[in-house]
Amino acid sequence: MALTLIKVPSAARRGEVIEIRTTIGHPMETGYRPGADGKILPRDIIQRFTCHYNDELVFSAELFSAIAANPYIAFHTVATASGTLRFTWEGDHGFRHTQDVAIQVT
Amino acid sequence: MNNPRPYPLYLWGKPFSGSLSLWERVRVRALALGLAALCITGATTQAQTDTRRSGFEFMSPSTQAMQRDDTLNPGMLWVKQGEALWRRASEKNTTSCADCHGEATISMRGVATRHPAFDEGQQRPVNLSQRINLCRQQHQGAEPWRAESQDLLSLESYVAYQSRGLPLAAGSDARLAPFVERGRQHYHQRMGQLDLSCAQCHDQRWGRRLGSSLIPQSHPTAYPVYRLEWQGLGSLQRRLRNCMSGVRAQPYALDSLELVELELYLATQAQGMLIESPGVRP
Repeated sequence: MALTLIKVPSAARRGEVIEIRTTIGHPMETGYRPGADGKILPRDIIQRFTCHYNDELVFSAELFSAIAANPYIAFHTVATASGTLRFTWEGDHGFRHTQDVAIQVT
Repeated sequence: MNNPRPYPLYLWGKPFSGSLSLWERVRVRALALGLAALCITGATTQAQTDTRRSGFEFMSPSTQAMQRDDTLNPGMLWVKQGEALWRRASEKNTTSCADCHGEATISMRGVATRHPAFDEGQQRPVNLSQRINLCRQQHQGAEPWRAESQDLLSLESYVAYQSRGLPLAAGSDARLAPFVERGRQHYHQRMGQLDLSCAQCHDQRWGRRLGSSLIPQSHPTAYPVYRLEWQGLGSLQRRLRNCMSGVRAQPYALDSLELVELELYLATQAQGMLIESPGVRP
């Protein structure tokens, strides 16, 4: 279970452009660094981030080794209807974290 | 963050362009009068002005914004984890922090301002993380967490977060005086191959640069901090050891009395400054 910080306006007007901010606690180990024993630490990064708004994909991003630990991703979308925003982070070694946040649109 | 700081005065947007109209001359005279008034009030308040600056003021605007906004501040991940630990029973028995202390928002408010504090049992000052570990051993019957472990940092940041915005007040206890004095000596002790003391950079050369980095003063107002260089949260002791290896000295061991004395001395120097935990630093 990963820790996340997600900021979504709890209420918005229909048609309003809203900002969504997400941070997830993740080491984003590059796969290029040697550990204390001199051996290369295996890569452990998040590869893909998606946001589904009522099951419709509204934002996605691909992440790479150069991105720092605890990646922060902010983006905008249009508030269309009340429902849920589903955030998914997927990465190496089968890492997968999904979180739902409700949004009220008036 | 909360200290008065001298902002540059931008009074006129456009550059001066030769001769002045009558109206402009009036404005210049009014401005000169205003400036004179400012200088007089400035001079009288100079004596009381606090010259101490939090490390926050030495950061770039983007890093400052990161600390100010809890949805941007990665340190809040540890605070969130700390809250879960606060409510979770320890491995050995069923007592959680919350079972004795109740809501941390009430019981832990101001606790971070008083640490490092004198501990009766140990007869020495203990910092906040050592206090947490003592509590674990004495009241939860649990193993102490390893210094700098993620669990310890999480709980420490959660407790420190409850004192955000309160003034630091550690070191007033008379029993701490000899430890504060030794901390002061460590602070002024030249060390390492570079033969530098803390004071030479952080008292005498703050505001100047070491390589490309601005040298801040040495006020422990934001610990534990999320340091961008570390890509993680770290304690004041980690930061102090970091500086020591920077001057190529043998760093004091984690949890050693010397480091706590140094922490204590820094806290006394920062008395009255406001806690920012969890801070963000470059």
